Amino acid sequence: MTSASIQSGLHALSLATWRLPFDASAHGPALDHHLLLNLWIILGLAALAHLILLIGLAARRRPESKSWRIEYLPLAALAILFAFLTLRAERLWADSRYTGPEPTALQVQVVGQQFAWYFRYPGTDYTFGVTKPELVDAPSGNPLGIDPADGHGADDIVTSELVLPANRQIDLRINSLDVIHGFSVPVMRLKQNAVPGMTIHIHFTPKVPGTYAILCTQVCGLGHYRMNANLRVLPPDQFAAWLAAKEKAVQP
Amino acid sequence: MNLTKLPAKRRRLFTTDHRIIGIQYLILALVSVTIGTLLSLLMRIHLVWPDRIVPFHGPILPEDYLALVTIHGTIMLFFVLTTAPQSGFGNLILPAQIGARRMAFPVANALSFWLTALALLILLSSTFVPGGSAISGWTAYPPFSAVPSAGPGQGLGMDLWLASIAVFAIASTIGAINTLVTIIKFRCEGMTWERIPLTVWGWFTAALLSIIAFSVLLAALLLLFCDRHAGTSFFIPAGDLVSGTLHAATHPGNGSPLLWLHLFWFFGHPEVYIAILPGLGLTSMLLANFSHRRVFAYRTMIFTTLLIGFLGILLWGHHMFVAGLNPFAASAFSVSTMAIALPASAKVLSWLTTVWRSRPRYTTAMLFSLGFVSLFITGGLTGPILAQPILDEYLHNTFFVVAHFHLIMAMAAIFGLFAATYYWFPLMTAHSGRPGRLMSERLGRLHFWTTLVGAYATFLPMHLTGLMGEPRHYAQLIGVPNAAGHLLAGTLPLNRFITWSAIFLATSQLLFFANLIHTLLRGKTAPPNPWQATTLEWHPALHPNAPPEASEVQIAVYRQPCEYQSTAEGELILPQWSTDTISNIKPE
Repeated sequence: MTSASIQSGLHALSLATWRLPFDASAHGPALDHHLLLNLWIILGLAALAHLILLIGLAARRRPESKSWRIEYLPLAALAILFAFLTLRAERLWADSRYTGPEPTALQVQVVGQQFAWYFRYPGTDYTFGVTKPELVDAPSGNPLGIDPADGHGADDIVTSELVLPANRQIDLRINSLDVIHGFSVPVMRLKQNAVPGMTIHIHFTPKVPGTYAILCTQVCGLGHYRMNANLRVLPPDQFAAWLAAKEKAVQP
Repeated sequence: MNLTKLPAKRRRLFTTDHRIIGIQYLILALVSVTIGTLLSLLMRIHLVWPDRIVPFHGPILPEDYLALVTIHGTIMLFFVLTTAPQSGFGNLILPAQIGARRMAFPVANALSFWLTALALLILLSSTFVPGGSAISGWTAYPPFSAVPSAGPGQGLGMDLWLASIAVFAIASTIGAINTLVTIIKFRCEGMTWERIPLTVWGWFTAALLSIIAFSVLLAALLLLFCDRHAGTSFFIPAGDLVSGTLHAATHPGNGSPLLWLHLFWFFGHPEVYIAILPGLGLTSMLLANFSHRRVFAYRTMIFTTLLIGFLGILLWGHHMFVAGLNPFAASAFSVSTMAIALPASAKVLSWLTTVWRSRPRYTTAMLFSLGFVSLFITGGLTGPILAQPILDEYLHNTFFVVAHFHLIMAMAAIFGLFAATYYWFPLMTAHSGRPGRLMSERLGRLHFWTTLVGAYATFLPMHLTGLMGEPRHYAQLIGVPNAAGHLLAGTLPLNRFITWSAIFLATSQLLFFANLIHTLLRGKTAPPNPWQATTLEWHPALHPNAPPEASEVQIAVYRQPCEYQSTAEGELILPQWSTDTISNIKPE
């Protein structure tokens, strides 16, 4: 053990260096704010409880006290505090999950497979083509098994990086071909399991252009730790150009 | 099976004596915790120095890492945290604490232990089969666990995992029935429900949970086994394509992986309370004992124990907020999870009030109980954060969760086990005609402080790497491509610190082993009631080294445990068994 590694460890422990990852989504700031509020409250409660414990142990002995106030008042206060946090959290949760996406949201399909993420855009007809698991054939360029018999699939775009426009709502439909994966984008404060046999919708709005990490957060096999992809958020005009180029490339 | 007809040596091994069975369970747990700890050290070391070669093994491959995670979790949860407090100390102490001389079903008790030992052997044997141990974590989510071709270890290794846990579930259910019947039927005269020590209430509630939870787990294991070998598809959806193989032909049905999550967590969450409830009870009793105080709000403490058990089976869905559960259901589970913070807080309040201005005796057992309180607070308070679905959406499956459950379940529960060991060691080592031995207090105190510092230094920083986004189950943080590589590399300095802390924490447990060996070889002889306890396990006629004629003594109880009286001369204790109103034993 080198003293340098101890030092870097201690440095990393200091509160100045740790932080949440950068926040690049529209719903993220409210979530971060609520998370930090929670963290400060529990830090305060933990400190208070330890303080009471230590003072109680250090103080001179006194006969025991019995009072309904000691028994119920702190509990009532905690009940109100936890109810307040629950309600606040529920409002944020309802905002993001109780309602569906706007009709104008950009539709993208996310598919997990040991050990890669695939993304599919519906193309110029705005409709996803039918897929069949028996047609899946990554080496010949059809990793999702798009059925050539279905006309809607001909213009579908399949990529291995998720490219999105900033400031437009995105409607993701998430599923998996094989086992349960965890679709996670820390900078977007997004996480949703990809479950085979289910298609799960989540929607969000990316705000800040940049390149970010997409991880897998549900243990899915020996390649789990390297099952990731890049999310590239582009300004709207650049995204339009990217999409147009992709659409042109798949023109039959 | 008539055990009295066996030759003497086998009779000793296959004993039906509940105290020896208790010790057998504790030895099994000690072996398990040693293996589990060494596995976790391998994981920690690999995480920060992935290129290190392990002697006699070679480099740790990603599948080896996941096997380590799986076996570490399984062994710690089942064979340490379920076995030691509930079956180990339950057998050793429970009958005496209610004034009984034996467990209700001695042969079933022995059967339960040997099944547990068999389950451990099956689990460990999976290391040596082709493909190695299962790699899907202790939660074994399908289809990953349902399809043998999904990865190395998911073939025979997974079958052995299922067999091991199934045998364990049967053993635990037998043990739980035994515990329940003993408590309900074998209480001595005067031992009313309100006079039962809180430790016994902990065992009672944990046994109730065991019966409910383990039966559901057993059913789930059987369904998964059918999916693997009988062509059913309870958990495999139609058109599932694993490793290039379509399973439509062998599994024609259309199942749901979410069904497993429901069944598994219906077991999995109560399991957490099975591990911690005996510790909650013990802490209440020890704090009161060493403070010479009544347990504050005794009736409330009984009620909160039962309430924690009851709520414990209603909140499994908080493991599934981002698993594909209906968002409205997530809200309901969020509320039921938040609700459990109240009985838990009531317990903390009772502990704080019990020791408030009490000037307790700081024995090692007392220190570990105080450590339990501290870890229960720090570990428990992050529970409400994870109970909020919107925050879980960010924190789920990060190291924040690992920090949370290791502090409260692993560390607090282990502190409870250490408190129990230091406290009851005289009863564990005494037998007919020989007094028990007291563990070294000096070594014990050193063990406590190093363990407390080690526990916090290891698990507190994990909250931070979790907030930074470090996911669980990652075999490597170095050498990961793309933007993810940046994110993971950012956590390395902290992770190195955590690994060093973990090594320190594990090393300081050598003090415990040194204390054990030292005490067994030349420990101080314990007086009959060394802690001046009020509960029945210290009753002269129930003491393991009581003369044979003591078995004729009628045991009766006259009051609640932990009753004390202040007089001009000092503090006087009132044991539960004493007919005198005041027993004249002065504290040291």
